Amino acid sequence: MNINFTLVSQAIAFSVFIWFTTKFVWPYLLRAIEERQQKIADGLAAGERGKKELELASQRSSEVLKEAKQRAGEIVIQAEKRASDIIEEAKKNARVEGEKIMAGAKAEIQHEIFSARESLRQQVAGLAVQGASKILRREVSAKVHADLLASIETELK
Amino acid sequence: MSTEAELNPTSYIQHHLTNMTVDLGEGSFWVLHVDTLVMSLILGVISLGFIWMVVRKATSGVPSKTQAFVELLIEFIDDQVKNTFHGNRHAFVAPAALTIFVWVLLLNSMDFLPIDIMAWIYEHVFGLHNWRGVPTADVNTTFALALSIWILTIYFSIKVKGFGGWIKELFCAPFGKNPVLWPFNLLLNLIEYISKPLSHSLRLFGNMYAGEIIFMLLGMWAATGVAGTIFGAVLGVGWAIFHILIVVLHAFIFMILAVVYLSMAHESH
Repeated sequence: MNINFTLVSQAIAFSVFIWFTTKFVWPYLLRAIEERQQKIADGLAAGERGKKELELASQRSSEVLKEAKQRAGEIVIQAEKRASDIIEEAKKNARVEGEKIMAGAKAEIQHEIFSARESLRQQVAGLAVQGASKILRREVSAKVHADLLASIETELK
Repeated sequence: MSTEAELNPTSYIQHHLTNMTVDLGEGSFWVLHVDTLVMSLILGVISLGFIWMVVRKATSGVPSKTQAFVELLIEFIDDQVKNTFHGNRHAFVAPAALTIFVWVLLLNSMDFLPIDIMAWIYEHVFGLHNWRGVPTADVNTTFALALSIWILTIYFSIKVKGFGGWIKELFCAPFGKNPVLWPFNLLLNLIEYISKPLSHSLRLFGNMYAGEIIFMLLGMWAATGVAGTIFGAVLGVGWAIFHILIVVLHAFIFMILAVVYLSMAHESH
């Protein structure tokens, strides 16, 4: 273990190795590491931003949902109102129509009654004339007794 | 195992602690430990080359498992440096810390390889006699690292504070500006400048060297027979598991101390 020229040779080797590391090893890997650190930092920031945006979006979607529900409720209420209106109107129309039909029917009945009464009257008048002529045993001249017949007819009205 | 004729504890340990040397000139200084140098170069090239290969294909997108591993390593180092050093750490200090940690960790980790099997492989596969596998158990390696850091601290001191500022700090810190205190300030600073690289390097060296020695001592149980071999193996496993902690801890301490010294150089008192 004596000090000798090995010392100098080792010192030279050491210097060369240090120079090599400083020149060719350290800067390149350090750059790669720093770039990766930057990338990771960016990625984390982007993740954070995405999370915030998701939060905003979910908030907005819940708002939209609430609004839509409200609108749907309004629409349902309107529809119900409209339906009841339509029913009401239909009822009214039906009533009016029914009344009209009833009135028509009444008028027809009146007319029937009238014409039946008219024919009855004529038949009664004829029967009365026949009866009278039978009673009188003679022919009643329609011409002569026209006035009489007319008066009977008006009486029967 | 060694090919020496006599095998006793002393020759066994000496065999494992002998470096392969090349003489470059006259004197004991001009000797090169080839094993230390080659092992550390191979490990440095493998580890930094591996990281470099990963880094070349690095993406900022989803990382592969290897890239994630390297990133983990780099972020760990970067965190440690960030807590200690307050300046532009990416320019020099953090990459240097990464280099130190990875390299020293691997150099220390060579201690896990079973010492006698590796000696056999070095000798019979590569034909290398006397080949030590743990570069940080060679005081030259730890001194080289610590002295490089030491020179860098002086360099950064002068760069940040200017030469005058550095000299002024040698005389005026830590006690005060009073001229009476100058000698004490200078003395303390000199002691600090001397003790820093010594403690920095010897801490790592001592731990790795002691770890190696303990492995060798446990290996010597094999000389007492089958029961001793098994006993030694059990103890060796225990020590190796404990040594994982030591290896990582001392690589970490060495790196942190280097960062602390460099950041102290950047701050004026």
